[in-house]
Amino acid sequence: MSILVNKSSKVIVQGITGAHGQFHASQMMSYGTKVVGGVTPGKGGGEILGVPVFDTVAEAVAATGANVSVIFVPAAFAADGILEAADAGISLVVCITEGIPVQDMMRVKGYLKDKKTVFLGANCPGIITPGECKAGIMPPAIHKKGRVGVVSRSGTLTYEAVNQLTVRGIGQSTAVGIGGDPIKGLGFVDVLKLFNEDSETLAVVLIGEIGGSGEEDAAEWIKANMKKPVAAFIAGAAAPPGKRMGHAGAIIMGGKGTACGKVAALTDAGVVVTETPDKIGDALVEAVKAAGLYERCLIG
Amino acid sequence: MKIHEYQAKELLIKYGVNAQVGAVVTDVNDAAQAAQCLGGEVFVVKAQVHAGGRGKAGGVKLCRSLDEVTAAAQTILGMQMVTPQTGADGKIVNKILIDKGVKIAKEFYLSITMADTPVVVASGEGGTEIEETAATNRDAIVRQVVPFETGLKDYHARNVGKKIGIPANLMRDFSTMLKGMYRVFTEKDCSLVEINPLVITEDGTLLALDAKMSFDDNALFRHPDVLALRDEAEEDVKEAEAAKYGLSYVSLDGDIGCMVNGAGLAMATMDIIKAYGGRPANFLDVGGSASAEKVAAAFKILLADKNVKAILVNIFGGIMKCDVIAEGIISAAKEVNLAVQLVVRLDGTNVNEGKERLRTSGLKLIAAGDLGEAARVVCAAVGGV
Repeated sequence: MSILVNKSSKVIVQGITGAHGQFHASQMMSYGTKVVGGVTPGKGGGEILGVPVFDTVAEAVAATGANVSVIFVPAAFAADGILEAADAGISLVVCITEGIPVQDMMRVKGYLKDKKTVFLGANCPGIITPGECKAGIMPPAIHKKGRVGVVSRSGTLTYEAVNQLTVRGIGQSTAVGIGGDPIKGLGFVDVLKLFNEDSETLAVVLIGEIGGSGEEDAAEWIKANMKKPVAAFIAGAAAPPGKRMGHAGAIIMGGKGTACGKVAALTDAGVVVTETPDKIGDALVEAVKAAGLYERCLIG
Repeated sequence: MKIHEYQAKELLIKYGVNAQVGAVVTDVNDAAQAAQCLGGEVFVVKAQVHAGGRGKAGGVKLCRSLDEVTAAAQTILGMQMVTPQTGADGKIVNKILIDKGVKIAKEFYLSITMADTPVVVASGEGGTEIEETAATNRDAIVRQVVPFETGLKDYHARNVGKKIGIPANLMRDFSTMLKGMYRVFTEKDCSLVEINPLVITEDGTLLALDAKMSFDDNALFRHPDVLALRDEAEEDVKEAEAAKYGLSYVSLDGDIGCMVNGAGLAMATMDIIKAYGGRPANFLDVGGSASAEKVAAAFKILLADKNVKAILVNIFGGIMKCDVIAEGIISAAKEVNLAVQLVVRLDGTNVNEGKERLRTSGLKLIAAGDLGEAARVVCAAVGGV
């Protein structure tokens, strides 16, 4: 088990003929992900990287049975691409694209409310179940198959966290980047629920950052429901209020969304929170040792 | 992106909001005549800068004669205005707005902002104290969530109006005004539309005396009319320069320059510098797909900040390969005369090739093995630890 993606996931890439789409499609393939096709309007009927290209997602699904789509189309067209994938019956839509207008995402979210499609992103690195399926842009070499789930609002900081686990001999069940935009698909609580139910996952690392209330909501949910130990880091303690720190969602407004408040909420929920980002791996080790799960988290 | 008060009021008027825009003046010699054309005996001269808190910083003056208008224009034009929203350096005032004076019976605060869905924020205690009211008397602030699917309806407006004390005879006007604000908010992809103060004048009309608007940068591509309102003189020079290269930069007041890939890791790098006793000079995200050229540009922006005594480069290569970063660092360091201590931490894709290139480049730098070591070394270099 793992969450959301595994070795039977069939992946298509929307925007496969663009520079990013093509590069990452080939990276996903060489990791062993079953990439079964791609979609670029106007380029249907062709072939790229040994897989067919379709004009529409519906055609791609009909021909290949794809159930996961990874989206690389430019920001101005990304919302359209997400809706198209959902309408074509894709179970998991992962949007890597950065810079989508906020109101476009509001419309998408409103539409997806009544759909079965699970949406991850946008502005995220994607999702990887090590050794089985990489539906995203993360560097594969740092990931090792194992028992710890990772969920994060960041891209490279997720890699940092995963790497710290791997060098400490701790593998990952699935690593999920939920993205840095204020209006997003899956949130911390959604992913925590999945990890909580996943028999392979023994513990979770949560990487949050300033802005919004996702971490506070996660803390509340953990306190009431989480059966597994959680370690966390919140980025942005040094950020000044009112300034946007790269991610559209990373902004402290009127004293809300501070790192301090998030750390307090998580600590209160029994999460082991590290104050500095170099100790994320150590925090997880501390959390699983306290739960008597350390040996079971080690690779091999 | 932000726009000026006079631009915001002009845009709001197009959407049916009752506001007045007097004359915009950039030359003190034009002030008196502009005021005379407006007519009346009382005027307000207001600094046009992209920051709130102007009144308390001396940027808004009430004038009872044309001579007073000239004197106020003299004082305000060219002044270095420092408010809680401008940063310590303040902002130079290049434009003033001269409005006719209005007799005010009551002031309100009214805005629409973006959360998970649009939210109307309002208060019966408007004016310059709204920040303080928000901090000390939260009950005086009314929030009305607007479902994006339905948009803002009359009953939302009535709910808000009732709570902040809009009199019954003005409720229809209030509703028209708030719906106009909502329409511009959604049609132009705003992140904020604010009227403060919204006033009831002594003759009983509802009037927007001051307005602020900001827009979703990601949506500007579909609003050329909004983009045309951009005032580059109001933007941070280094942030604008960085934006040209697709870099995300925020200047801070420390002495350790940071160059990092990814917003989360960039924030985490600032945090760890602070935790080890140092002070970050900036937030700089070179993004996920930076080229050697982009890295070189980032370097120059960091070095242009005279407070920077050391630079920490922290790259976790994923999409971005470490050897590409190394090339960028080497070429930039050779181009500018690198006089500050450079600490480089590389990890991820092609890390060994990257480290090898740095090692054989002849550059004087410290290569750190991990994030903790990098932070310790760079803080020690500026005498922090």
